[in-house]
Amino acid sequence: MFIVKYKKIFLIFSGLMVLVAVVFISVFGLRLGIDFKGGALLEASYIANRPDISLLENKIKTLNINQALVQPTGEKEYLVKTRDLSESEHQALLSALSLDGKYPVSEKSFTSIGPSVGSELAYKAILSIIFVIIAIILFITFVFRKVSRPVASWKYGVITIITLLHDIVIPAGIFALISHYSGAEVDTLFVLALLTILGLSVHDKIVVFDRVRENLSTGTSRDFAETVGTSTKATIVRSINITLTIIFVLVPLYLFGPETTKNFAMILTIGLVFGIYSSLFFASPLLVLVQEWQNRKKK
Amino acid sequence: MLKRIALAVIILIFGVGVAFFVYKSEPRLNPNFSNENSFFKNHPFRLGLDLSGGSHLIYKADVSGVPSGQVTESMNSLRDVIERRINLFGVSEPIVQVQGKGFISGGDNQLIVDLPGITDVKKATEMIGQTPLLEFKVQAPAGTSQKATVDKDGKVSLDASSQFVSTQLTGRYLKGASLEFDQTTREPKVSLQFDDTGTKLFAQITKENVGKVVAIYLDGAPISTPVVREEIPNGQAVISGNFTPDEGKQLVGRLNSGALPVPISLVSTQTIGATLGDSAAQSGVKAGVMGFLLISVFLILWYRLPGLIAVLALSFYTALLLAIFKVLPVTLSAAGIGGFIISLGMAVDANVLIFERMKEEIRNGHNITDGIHAGFKRAWTSVRDSNTSSIITSIILFWIGTSLIKGFALTFGLGVLVSMFSAITVSRIFLFALGINKQNSLTGFLFGSGFSSAKSVDNK
Repeated sequence: MFIVKYKKIFLIFSGLMVLVAVVFISVFGLRLGIDFKGGALLEASYIANRPDISLLENKIKTLNINQALVQPTGEKEYLVKTRDLSESEHQALLSALSLDGKYPVSEKSFTSIGPSVGSELAYKAILSIIFVIIAIILFITFVFRKVSRPVASWKYGVITIITLLHDIVIPAGIFALISHYSGAEVDTLFVLALLTILGLSVHDKIVVFDRVRENLSTGTSRDFAETVGTSTKATIVRSINITLTIIFVLVPLYLFGPETTKNFAMILTIGLVFGIYSSLFFASPLLVLVQEWQNRKKK
Repeated sequence: MLKRIALAVIILIFGVGVAFFVYKSEPRLNPNFSNENSFFKNHPFRLGLDLSGGSHLIYKADVSGVPSGQVTESMNSLRDVIERRINLFGVSEPIVQVQGKGFISGGDNQLIVDLPGITDVKKATEMIGQTPLLEFKVQAPAGTSQKATVDKDGKVSLDASSQFVSTQLTGRYLKGASLEFDQTTREPKVSLQFDDTGTKLFAQITKENVGKVVAIYLDGAPISTPVVREEIPNGQAVISGNFTPDEGKQLVGRLNSGALPVPISLVSTQTIGATLGDSAAQSGVKAGVMGFLLISVFLILWYRLPGLIAVLALSFYTALLLAIFKVLPVTLSAAGIGGFIISLGMAVDANVLIFERMKEEIRNGHNITDGIHAGFKRAWTSVRDSNTSSIITSIILFWIGTSLIKGFALTFGLGVLVSMFSAITVSRIFLFALGINKQNSLTGFLFGSGFSSAKSVDNK
């Protein structure tokens, strides 16, 4: 089976991709949105036509809001980003945006998040990722307990987690690169996308490992590497088809779905493609590699 | 055989019935919605604020004055008061939740208020801000360090906040308030009546503080500072501030609609305009329908007859899950719809796993009926384990996550649960009801997939 035969090439490729992703993240950084660091975001839509951006910027400067970022979106809309605002500051900003009523404006959305709420969100996001990872290791160790030979079942769990990190670091790296140019920010939906990738990716790994488990118990082959190879091969069509079906729902979600879920659909698609790659070409070679190390130690 | 067909027909009728319910109870789909009977009318989709427009407010509650054992109680009474307050203003289906401080939730004690349809934050915060905060404080024991300020004329004034200390008696023990007039001075005064617990607390406080001042604080400022003459056992207190009859009347109204047990401050607001929400909902539905159609076309082209069955099972799944969303009800947000769409993928996955396995078993020498049996049986462990891990993930996310993540986890988790039924039981019933056991080129084609047809090695 070529996957097992050329495992070093696949492992090196995966390693390189992760490395590139880490470089992207450290060079470009992940821009935190107001969800996490606190701040306010106002989406204003002008009834007639929108005033010049410099007029607005000058008007906002007269308010006691230190820094405001005004960005045009759509045809008649502006996005205004500031620090978190109290209700009276919010009203002042709204009237400033209409230039004291000269340009009638309607507020499409307004969000103001205090810094404490933001840090709580970040705390919860990290906590939930850690909990999900721990639960998955325990679960896999449990369901693969009958196939502790030649590789202990907890090692399946650890391998799954290593591949999971692979699957979420790469999309995060690509997102860092994209956001460097598009200005996209890390928000709750981004975390949600990573968590979904995590879920789908575990799903995939279990399907592949389940086949290994079955073939080990029926004794298809005496050779572990060969068993892993045939098991992986047997699940290739299923893995590709299922990724395709999910991409079939994600593409319309990206193209026609709500504005808020666009980045979500994009990151998820990237994550799925790498997730399927890692299920077939990273998890299985890793499994064989672990077994080979064990053998070497025994000798 | 007859039994199998009967079962398939029952499932089919049930599925159509469920789909009919979803259609009938949805104002956006059913043109005759206003004429439907109340059963249908009571079950439209409940849309989250991001889809229907509205305000989402987060308040921080300052519980520093509450004894640690009673924080939960105070927070719950805070929720009740705010809920009553909002109901007075006729907001439909407001959601008021409290979130305690803890290892999992982190942060502060919070009050989360969702107001569907209210897109004017100013109005919303005023509505809640009018809720009075009523506290009773007693004189600080002698020897407590006092904060004093000396103004420019050399006059020393004591800071009231250090003169008094909080007691357990707060607005949450208030039963009612009424306006009265002093019989001699004709001055308006507000009379308070406590509930049972409040009466006991007030009796104890007055007993221990005879000859001292008990300060009544309204909205953080002392409004009345009477000296206690004797123990008051009947649970009645009087606020005699210097107010006009109109002010007195207003105060009574505010107190009767509930007084806050702890001070709160606004830390986060979010408003979504109705048009934005509406377009988000429409584009979400459009994306969902497109995704469903694409999956169906793919499944039928690739898996042929079993693919068609899978599409049927998937339709059943969609109808059932949407009905569950309506009946429970589940509040659907953009993230929730995302969770639903992903679970569609999971539902298909179970079928894809089974069909691939079926094809493999047929290729390895089983006839079609045995192949179907073996496919379901062998694929079961991987469907079970992979879906269990998804359910575990969704439980953890629902447990820990913020409201947006909770919405996702709920629809996702429910979706995976329902899909285990539809993708396995329903598609199995349909497949067996067809009663195909002949082996010929037609069935070979129908059960084939991709570019090859299903052929048993033995039959060559």
